[in-house]
Amino acid sequence: MPAANIQVSETPLVLYALRRADDALILGHRLSEWCGHAPMLEEDMALSNIALDLIGQARELYTYASNVEGKDNDEDKLAYLRDVRQYRNLLLVEQPNGDFAQTLVRQFFYSAFADLYWRAMTSSRDTTLAAIAAKSEKESAYHVRHASEWLIRLGDGTDGSHARAQAAIDHLWAFTGEMFAVDDGERALIHAGIAIDPGTLRGRWLQTLSNVAGEATLVLPQNDWMQQGGRAGRHSEHLGHLLSELQSMQRTFPGLTW
Amino acid sequence: MATPNTPLWEVFIRSRNGLAHKHVGSLHSSDATMALQAARDIYTRRGEGLSIWVVPSSAITASDPAEKGMMFEPAESKIYRHPTFYEVPEEVGHM
Repeated sequence: MPAANIQVSETPLVLYALRRADDALILGHRLSEWCGHAPMLEEDMALSNIALDLIGQARELYTYASNVEGKDNDEDKLAYLRDVRQYRNLLLVEQPNGDFAQTLVRQFFYSAFADLYWRAMTSSRDTTLAAIAAKSEKESAYHVRHASEWLIRLGDGTDGSHARAQAAIDHLWAFTGEMFAVDDGERALIHAGIAIDPGTLRGRWLQTLSNVAGEATLVLPQNDWMQQGGRAGRHSEHLGHLLSELQSMQRTFPGLTW
Repeated sequence: MATPNTPLWEVFIRSRNGLAHKHVGSLHSSDATMALQAARDIYTRRGEGLSIWVVPSSAITASDPAEKGMMFEPAESKIYRHPTFYEVPEEVGHM
């Protein structure tokens, strides 16, 4: 019989950790889909490396969420036994890889945020989150650099690569607002010094984007309508397909190890 | 394989306790910055290094294998160029 969903007691802190863990796992999984398919061997390795960084971050955050919840839901159960509506990741990270430009733009939008976010989180009053931040910050810093250099070359490259990069920016832009949104539970954690207010990072995030876009001869959209929902479990159709692949083994053979 | 947009680069890594950069392999990349990133991603995944050099393969001038005899065999008969060739007098003691 297929394994059933677990129930997670989503206190504000558990939910906070789960959301960041889900971001890292889903984006890591997306990048892993390039393994063996990237345009060149060098990039195949680079994307797989980033995927492994993110999955590593996810594991630490899931374990932390599990400890805070204090029940039997370990990192594997949290990853493999929650369905779409229980996932709390940003809509941005579940968007399909598309072409190479779309993958790189998605990575750039997220990493430019994650870099600032983890750096700020190193001063969290929660020592576990601060420790996870200290490790993740160095990884994210490289992810930004990797994506930036590629974006500059795609945007300032051929007509074809420029058009693809610009199309990716226009397509993914509406998914970036969610990174800076905060709900009541998170506001309390921010007040307690455990979390940081992502809204305070938006100016520097935009600065990073406009610096790179300028060098890449790409244009950032002016529209500010933003798609929301991922943090509350309302996802695009793409996440279900991703999870069915990610979870199929554990769902079919519960507790399987290999 | 001809790759006009991504020429070949040679990668040199200095390990944690090594004094010199050692050649570890090569890769394809569009330019020096991207080559350095690719070298980091391919050749330092297991903590192999603390410093990377990348050099365009085309910048390397190599000796011709066909001239091996002329280039290297004359040195083989000059054993007196090795310090071990000489007997050190007792009085010198440990060197």
